[in-house]
Amino acid sequence: MNIMDHLPALVVAVPLLGAFLTPLVGKVNDKLRNIFVIFIAGLTCALVFLLANQVFTDPDGIITYVFGADTEDTLKSIAEQGNPLVRILFEVDGLSAFMAIIGSLLPLVAVIYSWSFMKEHTGLDKYYTLILLMTAGMLGMMLTGDLFNFFVFLEITSIASAALIAFYTDKGKAMVAGFKYIVISSIGALFILLAIAIFYAQYDALNIAVIANNIQYGFLDKIALVLLIAALGMKSAFAPMHMWLPDAYGRAPASVTFVLIGTTLASLYGVLRVCFTLYGKNLAATGSNLGSLNLTPGFLLGALLVVLAIITIFVGVFMALKQVDLKRMIAYVAVAEIGYMLLAFSAVLISLYGGTSPNTEVVSQTALKGGLFHIFNDALDIGLLFLVAGAIYYATKETSLNKLGGLARNMKYTTIFFLIGLFAASGMPPMNGFASKILIYESTYQVNPILSVIAILCSILILAVFVKVFHSVFLGPEHVSLKNVKEVPKIMLLSMAIISGIIIFFGLFPDVVVNNLISPAAEALTNNKIYISSILGVI
Amino acid sequence: MIYNIPYFAVIALILIGLYAILFRRNLIKIVIGITLIESGVNLFLITLGYREGSTAPIYTLSPGGIMSMPVPQALTLTSIVIGVAVLALMLSFIIHIYRHYKTLDVRKIGGDD
Repeated sequence: MNIMDHLPALVVAVPLLGAFLTPLVGKVNDKLRNIFVIFIAGLTCALVFLLANQVFTDPDGIITYVFGADTEDTLKSIAEQGNPLVRILFEVDGLSAFMAIIGSLLPLVAVIYSWSFMKEHTGLDKYYTLILLMTAGMLGMMLTGDLFNFFVFLEITSIASAALIAFYTDKGKAMVAGFKYIVISSIGALFILLAIAIFYAQYDALNIAVIANNIQYGFLDKIALVLLIAALGMKSAFAPMHMWLPDAYGRAPASVTFVLIGTTLASLYGVLRVCFTLYGKNLAATGSNLGSLNLTPGFLLGALLVVLAIITIFVGVFMALKQVDLKRMIAYVAVAEIGYMLLAFSAVLISLYGGTSPNTEVVSQTALKGGLFHIFNDALDIGLLFLVAGAIYYATKETSLNKLGGLARNMKYTTIFFLIGLFAASGMPPMNGFASKILIYESTYQVNPILSVIAILCSILILAVFVKVFHSVFLGPEHVSLKNVKEVPKIMLLSMAIISGIIIFFGLFPDVVVNNLISPAAEALTNNKIYISSILGVI
Repeated sequence: MIYNIPYFAVIALILIGLYAILFRRNLIKIVIGITLIESGVNLFLITLGYREGSTAPIYTLSPGGIMSMPVPQALTLTSIVIGVAVLALMLSFIIHIYRHYKTLDVRKIGGDD
């Protein structure tokens, strides 16, 4: 048995096993448990990198893993007989590998950060168990090639995250935020299950590739598309379904919020998978004409998403302006960043299927790369800001902007990290946010100049929001109660430094990232034939 | 027509559940709404796999004839198990919320504690 053949299964199995071993190890010693959890998270991260390396060097750029049977035999029998699949498959293509890198990096940094950040709390065995369960669920969502499996992993992630959002059980608002999250998640998950049932009834299959190959885009498929986009959009906080996000992000411990960003992005991955892979064949189908426009399904979907994207950006930015709580403010900026990604992906759909712009290929590729790059950058930028907010809370036990001030005197490293996060999140060069946002501005300008104007203006507003925060938290006179504030422990600084390092690296060398990570993911998204033919043979 | 009754039941269950979630003020009733939607979806799955006069797909020595599809039943079982976990979590949240605010009315919770 070669361990390299089983990487897709191990990526999910290691954190899952680690999660349930954590309470046992915790019986021995707290320090040993922390080391064990960091080891498990690090191992998962390493396995994901090995898997990604395999995927990127694979000639087809896709790896299929069959549970409970030999992969080669299964694929051969499917190619010969074309029988419907009952087995659970993992299909890892460029996009899955790219998302899995994000999904394994965030928990690793979060558990390192938790060492000091959560030290004074009890119930940490359960806390670490849930963090690892969240990781397993998130990675499962990103790697699976089976719709029902996707639903199961989605529920695992939701339950673990909801319990973690309500970690501060002594605060009523945290409990309300957790309740809100679990209600939203379970409604969303049930809609997804309904859509899966509709697919199963029509095509007798649960495998994404098989459904994508057979899909007819009839009335029932349209209902399923609406259900899937609505449910996954709700979970990835598209306005007007964003209201759970500021509560959840704002009330959870900062380290949990950091991993929650990953679960939100995993739902966004689901949206992409549904739009581009599952319905990929139908998007270009001819629709009715409206003047010179041909209303293809892809164009209609893009037009709908672009409206949602603009609303999401506006809601996020303008609500962020009036917040007085630091974490809620960052959470609203996170909503706006989701809007930017959505803007990029809707620009891809419009330019590919609207057929109005002259250089479709270039525009759609630029938009796609910008959007995918921004997924990674959002996780890093917003994540860093939340870690800084957590550090401020750790040092002062305060998150309200009115009660903070003059922290730069005592917390100089945290101040530097906040500045890095500030510039990155508002898209200033030379940080990574600039590298991806410039791609989004460029491509949306080709689709419609107004879109890029809105995007740039809202970026400036995000900068304004954070400059205000920077001034009121770090500069100005010291509050009397904050005289004795000390810099946070070194291990928290270390985890913030890791993220800052990646941010600066991505900002200085965006080409390296785009060529090695983003391009395979973009290729996997635009060409769903590879995904289908890896299961069903050449079609 | 008579064979479509389960589908109408599915639609009715889901709509009643959505109504409860959107318009009821009591947290327990919101949770009941979610379980109603869940029952609707489960009923839908089970109905999809059933054929008239079929036997349950659990016999090795079946009496002959057709069997209902086992896959939707396996899916439903998984969905029920997940549903129980979610339900337990939601109810425990409600207990905590009640301890903090001494009410289950959504309009009165969420204030400063």
